[in-house]
Amino acid sequence: MAIRKMICITCPRGCHLEVDTETLEVKGNTCPKGAEYGRNEITDPRRVLTSTVRLEGAPGACRLPVKTAGPIPKGLLFKAMDALNAVTVTAPVAVGQVVIHDLLGTGVDLVACKQF
Amino acid sequence: MSEYHDLIVVGGGPAGLAAACAAWEKGVKDILIIERDKELGGILNQCIHNGFGLTYFKEELTGPEYAGRFIKMLYDTGVTVRTDTMVLNISPDRRVQAVNTHDGFLDLKAGAIVLAMGCRERTRGAIGIPGDRPAGVLTAGAAQRYLNIEGYMVGKRVVILGSGDIGLIMARRMTLEGAKVLACVEVMPYSGGLNRNIVQCLNDFDIPLYLSHTITDIVGKNGRVEKVVVSEVDENRAPIPGTEMEFECDTVLLSVGLIPENELSRTAGIEINPRTNGPVVYENMETSLPGVFAAGNVVHVHDLVDFVTAESQRAGRAAADFLAGRSVSGDADLELACGDHVNYTVPRMLRLANIDKAVGVFFRVNKVMAAGTVRVTDAAGAEVAAFRRQHMAPGEMEQIQLPKVLLEKAAGPITISVEEASE
Repeated sequence: MAIRKMICITCPRGCHLEVDTETLEVKGNTCPKGAEYGRNEITDPRRVLTSTVRLEGAPGACRLPVKTAGPIPKGLLFKAMDALNAVTVTAPVAVGQVVIHDLLGTGVDLVACKQF
Repeated sequence: MSEYHDLIVVGGGPAGLAAACAAWEKGVKDILIIERDKELGGILNQCIHNGFGLTYFKEELTGPEYAGRFIKMLYDTGVTVRTDTMVLNISPDRRVQAVNTHDGFLDLKAGAIVLAMGCRERTRGAIGIPGDRPAGVLTAGAAQRYLNIEGYMVGKRVVILGSGDIGLIMARRMTLEGAKVLACVEVMPYSGGLNRNIVQCLNDFDIPLYLSHTITDIVGKNGRVEKVVVSEVDENRAPIPGTEMEFECDTVLLSVGLIPENELSRTAGIEINPRTNGPVVYENMETSLPGVFAAGNVVHVHDLVDFVTAESQRAGRAAADFLAGRSVSGDADLELACGDHVNYTVPRMLRLANIDKAVGVFFRVNKVMAAGTVRVTDAAGAEVAAFRRQHMAPGEMEQIQLPKVLLEKAAGPITISVEEASE
């Protein structure tokens, strides 16, 4: 049995976790989200990706901030960046509007974060 | 041209937006926000990463989303906004002079003022890095603006000096955009940023963090940064000869601290706390000038915008109370002093008449502690309150609530100190 030490990134509190890599038992968390984070870091680490995509038709602005609506597998972050670079959005755009549906087959949408 | 407003808010970032909305809700119907940028939202517009709003909105938002929610709230009020307008001077009789290309010179008068100018970054000049003066040395925030708003990559091989949150965030951002971030270099033995940002911005991308190290030379003979020399420092932060490492890079990003932007406050004669570089404030965020309030990063640099919002709402509501004659101005009943391991407190002075049930006090500790106890004692040495805490660090602002009933019993100035738990 091995214990992996990690810091939870779910919120700014940053709890120091100890996760058993076999039983997936989590210690040191102060909320249920921390336990979930600790387990996922062993089995399927995921991150929310934030970036920008090209924006047209909005005077004075050329980049639209975007995010994945949920976390995607950590290993797909750079592939996702390539997919974002191929996209151009034309104003008007609303917050939450889907920019890429089902990004890289993850089932997670890429959405706009700002209104233009 | 001269005009009057009940409340003038200087700055349209998260602090100004929250203060204006809170004052409006408390009955102030003549409010003007003056913002120097072309749009509202302040620095949140370029902070496209997530992690904002967990406390206030109970969900994780990006900077533009967080700002967008407050801008929408503001548009549902009758608050007037002047963007692209620069405040030039504030005088003690609450005159505000400003200029823009539409109205020209504006000579305004206010019943109350909220200062919400935020802060700006320390630059290379502020810390005196030796070496050449090539292009490619930028503050992390400037690089963030170029990349996230203007759409320019500022470099391909990057060394980051300072491990403040903006530097950490930019390490990840530049990496995702295809740059190679060679190192993050921090002069202190601990990081100034949030733990979660070290994990998700450095560790996730195998970017080394050199603690107790600094840049001792920047080399760039042909107009652009070519390499930097990094040295280990001793406990007095002096470079140790023989520890030099060289990094070939074209860009140096500086994340070496933020300074509250208080030129206007100083000219107005407002008392400044040398520990924070922000105005000394009372329990209701009123400055030493009656009717002039301050909130957000102009008072002290925050880690989380959620706390800026809470503090600014306090200022906005206090401005409304001041205008309605519901609050007392003038001398403090109790002063707050910093004891062991406490760098500063906000507020620093309390008037019990303005406190409803309890007052929130923000402070920072001066060292990393695994566990400790925050002790609040009065002049007689009697304990007013005590709070246990796990893991405290200078990079993470602490907050305690002091109940009014306990403060009423306290004798003389109150000292807030932190006692480290022995291992």
